[in-house]
Amino acid sequence: MPTYFEKKQLVTPGELLAEGDYIAGENSYMEGNKIYAQRIGLADAENKKVNVVALRAFYVPKTGDIIIGTVIEVGFNGWTVDIKAPYTAMLRASDVLSRPFKPQNDELSQVLNAGDLIVAKIASYDRAHDPQLTVGEPGLGKITRGQIMRVTPTKIPRVIGKKGSMISTIKQETGCQIILGVNGVVLVTGKTVEDEELAMMAIQKIEAESHTSGLTDRISLLLKEEKSKREEKKNE
Amino acid sequence: MSEKPEKLIDKKGIRLDGRKADELRPLKLQVGVLANADGSAYIEHGKNKIIVGVFGPREMHPKHLSQPDRMVLRCRYHMAPFSVQERKSPAPSRREVELSKVIREALEPSVFVDLYPRAGIDVYMEVLQADGGTRCAAITAASLAIADAGIPLRDLVVGCAAGKIDDTVVLDLYDAEDKLGAADVPVAIMPNLNAVTLLQMDGILTPAEFETAVGMAVEGCKKIYAMQKEALRTKYMTVKEEAEE
Repeated sequence: MPTYFEKKQLVTPGELLAEGDYIAGENSYMEGNKIYAQRIGLADAENKKVNVVALRAFYVPKTGDIIIGTVIEVGFNGWTVDIKAPYTAMLRASDVLSRPFKPQNDELSQVLNAGDLIVAKIASYDRAHDPQLTVGEPGLGKITRGQIMRVTPTKIPRVIGKKGSMISTIKQETGCQIILGVNGVVLVTGKTVEDEELAMMAIQKIEAESHTSGLTDRISLLLKEEKSKREEKKNE
Repeated sequence: MSEKPEKLIDKKGIRLDGRKADELRPLKLQVGVLANADGSAYIEHGKNKIIVGVFGPREMHPKHLSQPDRMVLRCRYHMAPFSVQERKSPAPSRREVELSKVIREALEPSVFVDLYPRAGIDVYMEVLQADGGTRCAAITAASLAIADAGIPLRDLVVGCAAGKIDDTVVLDLYDAEDKLGAADVPVAIMPNLNAVTLLQMDGILTPAEFETAVGMAVEGCKKIYAMQKEALRTKYMTVKEEAEE
């Protein structure tokens, strides 16, 4: 029952990872009793489970995920929302209005129009149906201010950090509110545009260096340096 | 084309372009060359130059083409008007439509199409310069581009041709050999799974010659496969090195 890779080895799709008594984990598959990689990524074994941490992937909806999407169409009884996934999502009018929806009384485009950004939760999704969204929880709904940026979806966990250490560091240092959509869209809302830009710069740095260790400390240092630099400029 | 040369391969076994019978043309592969596509690749196989862009998986348009149980793979093989000596009309020719289908069928077994039902992937292959063996080169590059888009794959697909010129079976025909030679056998395989996804023959071969040709093409595929993996790794190599620190 050998494995054919070293820890964190870069593997390509189709590469033989293990043979025999192993389980195919993330981004790997089993054929006979052999396990192969599905995506380009870093291979890793956990007990008997072989995983590949993908370096390139796209977002696949999961029930309960908080995502940020763009309204692309106003329909008869709801909106179609682009969530940067293989499927477009539906948001129903009755969910937003929180009262019975009557087409005669309500003009949907006045509530949300094409191009509006929303924070939403995936209410349901399976193979046979496109994802349904809901905004009926605190913190969800239309985005009115802040800045949007995109991150590779596989790197969102890195931006959060261990037990949220990374994201809370950024929030603390910049005083920004940050909402991480699991689909790789990030909303940064701060008191000033400079604060927002500082937070976005940090997130970009995390994305570029997501695979290195000691990143949280480096980010916190970077933010402090940048902040003092800006202070100096102001005082001049 | 000038007049047909007397011999395509001389007594010493050297071909018109100076290669030995079992020698590949020089290859160059590059991944991630386009900013606006989800995945992309570029191949230079001898004088062939092909660029591939992949989009998806995304919602299928028009919607009636989507399949309820699987993802649809759509391929377009297209030759630029300046890719051949006589200007080629940019409208898709009969040959291009057929090659698009053949390439789709060569790539489809490698993609996990049942994972994302109703979605679609678009693969656009643009031949900038053609010099024989474009379908194989296009398959090699397209598979790389699909992997670069982060789409789960069983294995990379790699294509290579073999054929017969005069009375010798040779590897990787170029344009003149293809036109003047006796036969051409393009093959595409998934090397790690030992599976053939494309096998065509144009011309006349004895069964024994056919077997040698297929064997030779498979060997060629395996050589290209190593380069293909290397090209994919190169894009992400910096990541690996830093992770090892």
